[in-house]
Amino acid sequence: MKHILSVLVQNKPGVLARVSGLFSRRGFNIDSLAVGPTENPEVSRMTIVVDADDVKLEQITKQLYKLVNILKISDLDPRDSVERELVLIKVNAPPNIRGEVLETANIFRANIVDVSKSTLTIEITGTATKIQALEDLLRPYGIKELVRTGKIALARGKLAEA
Amino acid sequence: MRITGAEALIKSLEMEGVDVLFGYPGGVVLPIYDALFDCKTIRHVLVRHEQCAGHAADAYARATGKVGVCLVTSGPGATNLVTGLANAWMDSTPMVAITGQVATNVLGTDAFQEADITGITLPITKHSYLVKDVSQLPTIIREAFQLAKSGRPGPVLIDMPVDMSKAEIDFKYPEDLTIPGYKPTYKGHAKQIKEAAKLLAGAHKPIIYAGGGITHSEAWDELRKLAETVQIPVTTTLMGKGVFPDDHDLSLRMLGMHGTRYANYAIMDSDVILAIGVRFDDRVTGKVSTFAPHATIIHVDIDPAEISKNVRVDVPIVGDAKTVLKDLVTAVQKIEQPHGDKTKWHELIARWKEAYPLHYHQNGVIRPEYVVDTINKVTKGRETIITTGVGQNQMWAAQFYSANTPRGFITSGGLGTMGFGLPAAVGAQVGKPDSVVIDIDGDGSIQMVSQELATVAANKLPIIIAILNNRFLGMVRQWQELFYDHRYSSVDLDVGTPDFVKLAEAYGIKGVRVEKIEDVEPTLKEAIEARKPILIDFMVAREENVYPMVAPGASIDEMLGGIPGASLSQMIDEEVEKRETHPVSTRSK
Repeated sequence: MKHILSVLVQNKPGVLARVSGLFSRRGFNIDSLAVGPTENPEVSRMTIVVDADDVKLEQITKQLYKLVNILKISDLDPRDSVERELVLIKVNAPPNIRGEVLETANIFRANIVDVSKSTLTIEITGTATKIQALEDLLRPYGIKELVRTGKIALARGKLAEA
Repeated sequence: MRITGAEALIKSLEMEGVDVLFGYPGGVVLPIYDALFDCKTIRHVLVRHEQCAGHAADAYARATGKVGVCLVTSGPGATNLVTGLANAWMDSTPMVAITGQVATNVLGTDAFQEADITGITLPITKHSYLVKDVSQLPTIIREAFQLAKSGRPGPVLIDMPVDMSKAEIDFKYPEDLTIPGYKPTYKGHAKQIKEAAKLLAGAHKPIIYAGGGITHSEAWDELRKLAETVQIPVTTTLMGKGVFPDDHDLSLRMLGMHGTRYANYAIMDSDVILAIGVRFDDRVTGKVSTFAPHATIIHVDIDPAEISKNVRVDVPIVGDAKTVLKDLVTAVQKIEQPHGDKTKWHELIARWKEAYPLHYHQNGVIRPEYVVDTINKVTKGRETIITTGVGQNQMWAAQFYSANTPRGFITSGGLGTMGFGLPAAVGAQVGKPDSVVIDIDGDGSIQMVSQELATVAANKLPIIIAILNNRFLGMVRQWQELFYDHRYSSVDLDVGTPDFVKLAEAYGIKGVRVEKIEDVEPTLKEAIEARKPILIDFMVAREENVYPMVAPGASIDEMLGGIPGASLSQMIDEEVEKRETHPVSTRSK
């Protein structure tokens, strides 16, 4: 089962290496990992998506807590949290099909962030299913390059205040 | 007060009460060694290889209960220390290691003697620091010591670039310390403790399985109190040897792969297990799926990650062994309903003890077990610390030496580091100058660290080095004999092993060879009285095996050997018969 771990860490050098090293040496798989500063410059937030059963998740959490730089770990319930991912897709768009591609992007409320003679680069944010749907629709045109940020998430307001 | 980083480092160590450093100098630690030259309070013990600085600091910590400290240079000095750190990590020893590092302006450029030691040691340190701002140094050292000794202890590394040692700071040692994100739990959950007390009191076949955590939290008195109050038999792990007296009536001695038959039978047959300061290592559990099938397991550990890691636990208690045991004793005493009847259990155990004592046949050549047995005899009543190599020598020491006091048996448990014995003896003797320190070693193990004879000689450490010399890598040979059809691949050391007596003499240490059974005891007695370094080369039976033995992957009550008067084939037949008549039900994880 997929879990989204929201991990607050001290913003110190080497913390990412400590976390990623722990996952690899203990045989835990990371689906995605996104990291960046929070409202407090001394604290960063890592959003880690893992595929693990309950026993494994418990080990992951306990082992993570043993790292001195880890401050707090929350296992976000998808029903009580908002999650987003940002993806950039550079897709084939020669003049004869450019209109079609643009229309598809518009339906998804995606933005065009770069244009060349033969390609469009599309920016989309949203849930995994929405992104997947756009990707599937664009694939027949020829996706030249794709990059995704990995999932980021926050607990919903009510839960966060509790 | 403006002082250099190197001076601040030494001052900080003084503030932490450090009185011994095990180390080896080199280029980038020159400023530190220069500051050390003027230091009156810290003794520096110069080892002859950095790995041994780690092992000596490790054993010093285990013998004294203080934090062990070592100091080495960058690059190869630091990489040589890696095994020392890994050993301390696996056995949870409180240790602070200081490595030199190239200057910050050339960090990351593959400078001369540069190694990314904080990177290399990430998986084998509790925490590590690379000093990039010298003003932070006192805080870093304060934190490092706090981390090393609190919670589940472990090694902490401080990597100190040379320019940080030379830079000046206003020195002030921090008094208060908060480490955000680090809050070990000491007090066990009251409800869980009550539940555990109820289970233990009500049990008919309880057993305590105690380990190294008892040593770290100095909980041996509380352990004994609980065992005696409820009359629970106690088995200890290799790391726990000494936390409960081996000679105590309730002692089952060591369990596991080379444990006693009665300890292994008892844990497999038990109805309640109190596991405390242990981690269900594979050398203890054998096949996990068949381990203790009828038992309700209570697991007490300060490290939450150990609970239900290998074996599913019924009553988890996160906390410090001493605190929890104290509360457990109180809780047990409060129980009003009559305790479960344990007399049948004690009778059964007594029968096992009588039928399957640890034993050996001393005939012809000296048996290695006889040497350990004699060491046990001649050290009775003396404050003694045993250190060991790794392999057969270690297992015979664990089986036949009766550790009756805590901190008296120092061995490489988790990592199984051959060569640990001699540097460990150095660390133990430096920490406990009045104790009799005996390194029970193997001819293979000691050859990995024999340069430390120089450290022994230079410091006039009255260590007794007892080599059980079978001119084989004995444990590997034993496995090849039993599981690889006697194909002795690369284990015969007969040609090439030095004359250990001459080797000792080359270092200015007395060396004695013992080849006759009747010389074993007088030589050992004399060595203990002499209080001088001595190496005794015991020429023992070449192909003696360590029994009982649980084959790898087998259930721990399926043991080879260890039945007096039975030949090996008979024993195996009996095992098979026993298994067929008493099938072991499977434990679900």
